[in-house]
Amino acid sequence: MSTALPHREVRPARGSSRAGRPRRRPLSIRQRDQLTGYLFIAPQLFGIAAFVILPLCLVIWFSLQNWNVLSGTSTFAGADNYRKLLADPQIAQVALATAIFSVGLVLLNIPMALVLAVLLNRKGRGIAFFRTAFFTPVVISTVAWSIVWQFLLQDNGGVNGLLSLVGITGPNWLQTGPTAMLAVIVVQVFKNVGLNMVLFLAGLQGVPRELQEAARVDGAGGWRVFRSIVLPLISPTILLTVIITIVGSLQVFAQIAVLTAGGPGLSTTVLVYYLYQQAFQFHDFGYGSTLAIVLFVVVLILTIIQWQLRRKWVFYEN
Amino acid sequence: MKSSKTLIVAAAVAASALVLSACSSGSSDSSSTPAPNSVSLRMTTWTANQDQLKLFNQIADDFKKTHPEIKSITFDSLPPADYSTTLTTQLAGGDAPDLAWVFDTDATDYVNSGTLAPLTSTLKATAGYDYSDLSSSATKLWTAKGQLYAYPFSTSPFIVFANDSLLSQAGLPTSAQMKANGTWTWPDIMQAASQVNAKTGKGGVVVNNFNYQDWTTLVGIWNSFGAAPWSSNGKTCTFDSPEMESAFSLINKAIRDKAMPGPGTTVDFFSGGAAFEVAQISSAGLLAKAGFKWDVNPLPAAKDGAAANVIGQAGLGVIAKGKNAEEASKFLAFFTNPDNAKKLAAYFPPPRTSLQTADTLAATNPVLSADQLNNVVIKSLSDAVTRPGHVNQAQIAKKVQTALTPMWKPNADVSGILKNVCSSVKPLLEG
Repeated sequence: MSTALPHREVRPARGSSRAGRPRRRPLSIRQRDQLTGYLFIAPQLFGIAAFVILPLCLVIWFSLQNWNVLSGTSTFAGADNYRKLLADPQIAQVALATAIFSVGLVLLNIPMALVLAVLLNRKGRGIAFFRTAFFTPVVISTVAWSIVWQFLLQDNGGVNGLLSLVGITGPNWLQTGPTAMLAVIVVQVFKNVGLNMVLFLAGLQGVPRELQEAARVDGAGGWRVFRSIVLPLISPTILLTVIITIVGSLQVFAQIAVLTAGGPGLSTTVLVYYLYQQAFQFHDFGYGSTLAIVLFVVVLILTIIQWQLRRKWVFYEN
Repeated sequence: MKSSKTLIVAAAVAASALVLSACSSGSSDSSSTPAPNSVSLRMTTWTANQDQLKLFNQIADDFKKTHPEIKSITFDSLPPADYSTTLTTQLAGGDAPDLAWVFDTDATDYVNSGTLAPLTSTLKATAGYDYSDLSSSATKLWTAKGQLYAYPFSTSPFIVFANDSLLSQAGLPTSAQMKANGTWTWPDIMQAASQVNAKTGKGGVVVNNFNYQDWTTLVGIWNSFGAAPWSSNGKTCTFDSPEMESAFSLINKAIRDKAMPGPGTTVDFFSGGAAFEVAQISSAGLLAKAGFKWDVNPLPAAKDGAAANVIGQAGLGVIAKGKNAEEASKFLAFFTNPDNAKKLAAYFPPPRTSLQTADTLAATNPVLSADQLNNVVIKSLSDAVTRPGHVNQAQIAKKVQTALTPMWKPNADVSGILKNVCSSVKPLLEG
């Protein structure tokens, strides 16, 4: 199907044959195409160099420094910050809180988004309203969203007020370890479930109707069609949303800062919040940078693992 | 292929050059004798009050008249909640201000880390400064090795606001009557607060900005018991002292008896939601339109009858590594000289003893009577302690906050929790 491009002679640049100047070799079509391509990606390349690669290199360098921000002194510390990480008595609790948050978020977010997408993947009155309603929290400021939920989750707040109407005395949500973590996870799920729902909707709408109809003709029920036809066909979308959700869950910060400030105790101190505390509250940028490297490596490893696992559970990948 | 490699290298070099040029564009030469119109000063503050900023700009304009080297002086208003973090970020990013306001809880850290430049010689050398007028109790927190590192421009006592209408509604004596009856003690106040809650459903004692996180604000309570979190040299934890145990036993009992709103419960005293509030006197302005009868009272005295005063402070310092530290020090000396200190006293309780009068303080607190100013506010300034501060204050504050978490449940093991606080902060104190 490929078509050979017709050969075109490239005209020499105007003025290149002036007497006394060496004749510049004109660019070939291939070279011109390459130059155009590189010029197109140059802004993005610059952005990645300035805002991703350079900061990443600096963070690696900072993690090898003993840097006191207040005194402005910085000395080479070698692997001291990494040894400090291994000996840090709080890091195990922080890692556990991070894992609970991430697992809880994925387990709640993905199924809920999928169910919502299936329910809203139909035509009918009011469907557009519900789609908009579930997506709206995604575009709301995270801090504003968290502040409102902070009021609702207070001991004398709206959630417990509603529970009291049905005779239930609600817990002090943000002040005890297990409920604080649960509250933070649920607030985050409500905030972002709309994004995954839209991705699943796009995936569901790409599933050919004739395949589902053929299965129904063969006697398959609704669940069987969903499990054997729809789910395998949208598995690339599921992979994408799981990766996005896990990476996002490891980077959660604003909700924790507003709702619990990492408390009570260390129960909601996830890795990014701990990193912030070390660097910006305790003025230890060296150790904060070390934690940032750990976070980067964890996200990288998890993403690689998921990417490799796609062969086992992603079907019909283009 | 060769040409494409060349293009890649060229693009990488171009991107690197752009990055490097962007990074280096902020640098500039410094000279020992500034040329006219060559110095720009920036001061970070946590106020966005337009009247206060207008006064600062007026003082800056006056300074520029006699200092031709000053091109501009700007006042950078940062949100109070993020102030310390933002300032730290600016210091780390090489974008340090020339002058900065500093919270009292950060004072020890900033003074001992070398962040701030020493000011004593500049202030003493400034004509008409009258350095000896600065109250020694006000400057104590900001002094190290005989050098003053920040001018405590706001020195404001903690007092107890009382909602007398609510106390009367609960059938209890007003705060003035409690003082007259000799029952102005923390156990009596907590008992009254508990009864107010039981009879009216309103809050009892609110400690401003405590929120079961910033434990340093509890100093107003434990100081009356003669307690302190650590020894005067900062090396030994004294959270487990009998005095501190008495103070926290009272607080824990207050939570059980609902004399204090529990964790996660928001109660606003200034809109009539609680019987008592421990706060700085500067909060009095919030009572200008209060629809209830209120009074101001000193913090309850110690057992031996001695005053147990606490002051909250804010300091103004010069960032030592700033490009214009010398000019910034001169501006600070001008900004806080006797004339300008009097102007600033319209908004901030001054550290100068000559200005600590009812007349001056009346400008800061127009809702308070001369009697309240003389008998409560001015008396609360003497022999006062400040909120606890330490080198590595942020780390210690977080450790203590974490260790105190079980304290906020009724019938907690007070003694055990306080011992645990000490064991968790011991390495940092001995540090």
